[in-house]
Amino acid sequence: MKTSIDLAWKSVGTIDDIPRLGSRTVTTAGDDIAVFRLADDRIFAVYDRCPHKAGKLSQGIVHGDSVTCPLHNWVIGLTDGKAKSPDEGCARTVPVRVDGRIIMLGVS
Amino acid sequence: MNMIAPKRRRLVLVGNGMAGIRTIEEILRRAPHAFDIAVFGAEPHGNYDRIMLSPVLAGERQFADIVTHDRAWYAQNGIELIAGEPVVGIDRDARTVTGALGTTRPYDLLLIATGSTPVIIPVPGHRLPGVIAFRDIADVEAMVNAARTGRTNAVVIGGGLLGLEAANGLARNGMKTTVLHLMPTLMERQLDPVSAKMLKADLEARGLTVITEANTKAIHGTDRVTSVELADGTILPADLVVMAVGIRPATQLAKDAGLTCNRGIVVDDGMRTSDPAIHAVGECVEHRGTLFGLVAPLWDQAKVAADRMTGVADTDYVPAVSGTRLKVTGIDMFSAGDFTGDDTCEDIVYRDAAKGVHKKLVLRGDVPIGAVLYGEAQDAGWYFDLIRNATDIAAFRDLLIFGPAAAGVNQGSGVEALPDTAEICGCNGVSKGRILTAIHEHKLSSVDEVRARTKASASCGSCTCHVESLLTLALGSAYDATPKIKPVCACTALGHDAVRAEIVARALKSIPETMRSLGWSNPDGCATCRPALNFYLLCAWPGEYRDDARSRFVNERMHANIQKDGTYSVVPRMWGGVTTSAELRAIADVVDKHNIPTVKVTGGQRIDLLGVRKEQLPAVWRDLNAAGMVSGHAYGKALRTVKTCVGSEWCRFGTQDSTAMGVALEKMTWGSWTPHKTKMAVSGCPRNCAEVTIKDFGAIATESGWDLHVGGNGGITVRVTDLLCKVTTEEEVLEYAAAFMQLYREEARYLERTAPWVERVGIDYVRSRIVADPGARRLLRDRFIESQRHAQRDPWADRAAGVEAHEFRPLATVE
Ligand code: SRM
Ligand SMILES: Cc1cc2nc3c(=O)[nH]c(=O)nc-3n(C[C@H](O)[C@H](O)[C@H](O)COP(=O)(O)OP(=O)(O)OC[C@H]3O[C@@H](n4cnc5c(N)ncnc54)[C@H](O)[C@@H]3O)c2cc1C
Ligand code: SF4
Ligand code: FES
Repeated sequence: MKTSIDLAWKSVGTIDDIPRLGSRTVTTAGDDIAVFRLADDRIFAVYDRCPHKAGKLSQGIVHGDSVTCPLHNWVIGLTDGKAKSPDEGCARTVPVRVDGRIIMLGVS
Repeated sequence: MNMIAPKRRRLVLVGNGMAGIRTIEEILRRAPHAFDIAVFGAEPHGNYDRIMLSPVLAGERQFADIVTHDRAWYAQNGIELIAGEPVVGIDRDARTVTGALGTTRPYDLLLIATGSTPVIIPVPGHRLPGVIAFRDIADVEAMVNAARTGRTNAVVIGGGLLGLEAANGLARNGMKTTVLHLMPTLMERQLDPVSAKMLKADLEARGLTVITEANTKAIHGTDRVTSVELADGTILPADLVVMAVGIRPATQLAKDAGLTCNRGIVVDDGMRTSDPAIHAVGECVEHRGTLFGLVAPLWDQAKVAADRMTGVADTDYVPAVSGTRLKVTGIDMFSAGDFTGDDTCEDIVYRDAAKGVHKKLVLRGDVPIGAVLYGEAQDAGWYFDLIRNATDIAAFRDLLIFGPAAAGVNQGSGVEALPDTAEICGCNGVSKGRILTAIHEHKLSSVDEVRARTKASASCGSCTCHVESLLTLALGSAYDATPKIKPVCACTALGHDAVRAEIVARALKSIPETMRSLGWSNPDGCATCRPALNFYLLCAWPGEYRDDARSRFVNERMHANIQKDGTYSVVPRMWGGVTTSAELRAIADVVDKHNIPTVKVTGGQRIDLLGVRKEQLPAVWRDLNAAGMVSGHAYGKALRTVKTCVGSEWCRFGTQDSTAMGVALEKMTWGSWTPHKTKMAVSGCPRNCAEVTIKDFGAIATESGWDLHVGGNGGITVRVTDLLCKVTTEEEVLEYAAAFMQLYREEARYLERTAPWVERVGIDYVRSRIVADPGARRLLRDRFIESQRHAQRDPWADRAAGVEAHEFRPLATVE
């Protein structure tokens, strides 16, 4: 249960701050985090680095529960960060909690 | 040995339509080198499949799909095509024909195939603008254009085949459409009263209004039609009136030449007129007192005329029963032969009101002579064969009405059991034997290939399933019936053209609506289809459609090019490559103020500021705007640059002011979204320093005007432009440029640049739309200008003023 102990939940804004099928970034001391809102208002977050060549996933087109990277069109699953076959690789996901309309990210 | 080639005889065809060109094909098949052939056509095109105008109007096909003989076909066969010039006189003594523009051609043999002209009822107001017929592609364009320019009410006079197909098409274009029919029931020449009523109900369910026993008294309007008045005083508002009340053989030319004419040009069994040097075929003729209005009999006439004119055989034309279908998608009907009968006849009727099915067969003794099938017509081919062959059906009379399967005659769609002589495609007169031979000889494996080779199923398409059965029969399991059209993406089975057509036909106005209506498998699509749909909607509904930023690729959404490190580049427009010291100074100041790492001159005659961070973009744009500069769309599937040379203003060779021409082109076209990026260039003389010949559109100045070029590409696969045409004035350059842009925008597939598009549709097609037909060109130009009214907003100014601010700011910062 390491993660839940180390995690700090930080509120970063509300669902309404992100357009449907869109994304916003959260700046951190390290890499940016891309926060996505799906058509059904589910929220996911991954570090804004494509496992391929570090493309900014926040700038891609969102569809279903995936995002297509703007640089070379890899499709990254937002639920697990995994690149869809035939590509291989994984973007680092960030835990999300939604409280009412407030979005909270679990950062360590 | 000294051989002198026999002198070729001269053959002239008047009437570049379906019957005439079919006869020429039959002649070429029999005697490929016997004639020097010249063809006069009143319409400014090659030949097209007239019966497919209805699907074009309904948005299910495009004009390019129905062109059966493009200009290249005439050229390949050594035929001189004089299109756009009607023949006005035949001098039978001198054996010459003369066109309206004075072109004269001598003949040894003349073929007249002038078709027919639509009947216009001479009620008051019938000459008002907005009152049209339904006969050729110009009529279809007039109808589509009426719908596009926001005219709302259409009235179609005539509830026969043509009228109903026109009405359906107008309704699919979004017009409120009323059909007026003089008789008590629709299509009374093809349908019995019961099926006619079912048809009326089906059409009403599709939103059409049908008024039977409607007698048109007058058409009202001052400078354009505004309403239609009926004999009973009813006034119907109308912005467009289509008259489809019948056709009359086009005999004037033949009459003036002294040929025997009755209702049509009188021909004998050999399709010869009263002058032995002149044959006639098609809707313009009268054979043994009969006139023609469907294509199937014309194909038989073409064969007879070709046999006779080449002298290979003395065949006679024997009229055969013809069948009709209404080409309204979703309405299944067929009618053939005598479906009313007389005292010596009996009917067999089957009706299932719940399923909307009605079938009626008319028999004389045990021989079927006519049929009407409504709501379920898949056995039409079988019944049609029984009627044509006067088959004795006594053996299965009890089960006849239930179709061939129930009657135990043969299984499947029945084609396996047919003899090789049986006609599969009625529209094009193609037999089973010919299809099978073509499949074997040319190793055909798809319906499209069979279509291309034999024309079977190329017209109304109702025999497609039989062609498929024949492919299965010939190839067994090697035949894969899945269509070869490439779908837009994995979310749909539809191809680009079909999606575009449906967007217009069903008036779909948003991406979710389009996906729902067309059955997308992923509810919000994918990164391939969404940008395509966004463009198609934007193009179809200028000013109305709300651009969906979430369906734009990053560069178009951010209005800047993303770089490998996630920063962006900024390229302001530099009109025609011309700049000033003030602009350069402003750019220098922007670079210093925002610490932009790289400044580079691009290959497109302007300056690229590279390495701008996302959050800096609005401020950079604001500063560039302040100095009068706007977005260069270097990031978009849009008009990019217009490259120019110095031209006559400075260059010792320049013949025209290419720089000013380039600036004018860029001012007209900037901001337009296109299927792929579009680049232009203007050179001041044929030395062509602006590289016009590898641009999407360009102009090269000559002493007397401008050569217009289209379809060039540098980049991955180099393609040199085609010369579109020569024009004289700058206004013409702009008009042709706008028309070309719009044709490309409306008809190319998303991510298809002009070069592959022109390759696909052919430069002749592009010329037929833009050069040959001034009316069509101006309509395209007008639509482009209208769309530009909404598109020419600087996206940078909007964003500098706060639009989509969330794109440029982080949501939050956490430690
Ligand atoms: C900046 C520039 C290179 C330069 O430094 O000169 C450039 C830069 C890019 N070009 Fe280009 N092309 C540039 C002129 C050209 C030219 C020359 C011209 O326009 O006269 C060509 C060949 C002519 C042509 O298009 O036919 C050219 C053919 C391409 C192609 C291949 C297109 C093709 O149809 O084959 C691509 C790839 C694509 O578009 O899919 C491309 C794509 C790109 C992209 C957008 C690649 C990308 O997706 O990131 C580059 C963006 C760089 C950036 O961020 O600004 N660029 N590119 C030029 C910008 C011109 C401008 O002012 O807008
Ligand atoms: C909208 C529509 C739908 C149809 N649907 C069907 C269908 O489903 N099934 C079916 O069997 N039939 C259908 N038809 C009828 C079919 O199209 C005609 O029977 C066929 O086109 C007649 O061929 P044609 O060569 O006689 O005449 P056309 O194809 O009309 O050709 C005649 C050509 O001659 C030209 N011409 C006339 N006068 C001159 C002159 N003086 N000099 C030079 N050129 C001249 C005309 O401009 C025209 O291009 C339909 C027709 C229309 C308009
Ligand atoms: S040629 Fe064009 S696409 Fe290739 S690296 Fe240079 S700028 Fe980029
Ligand atoms: S960096 Fe994402 S696909 Fe290449």
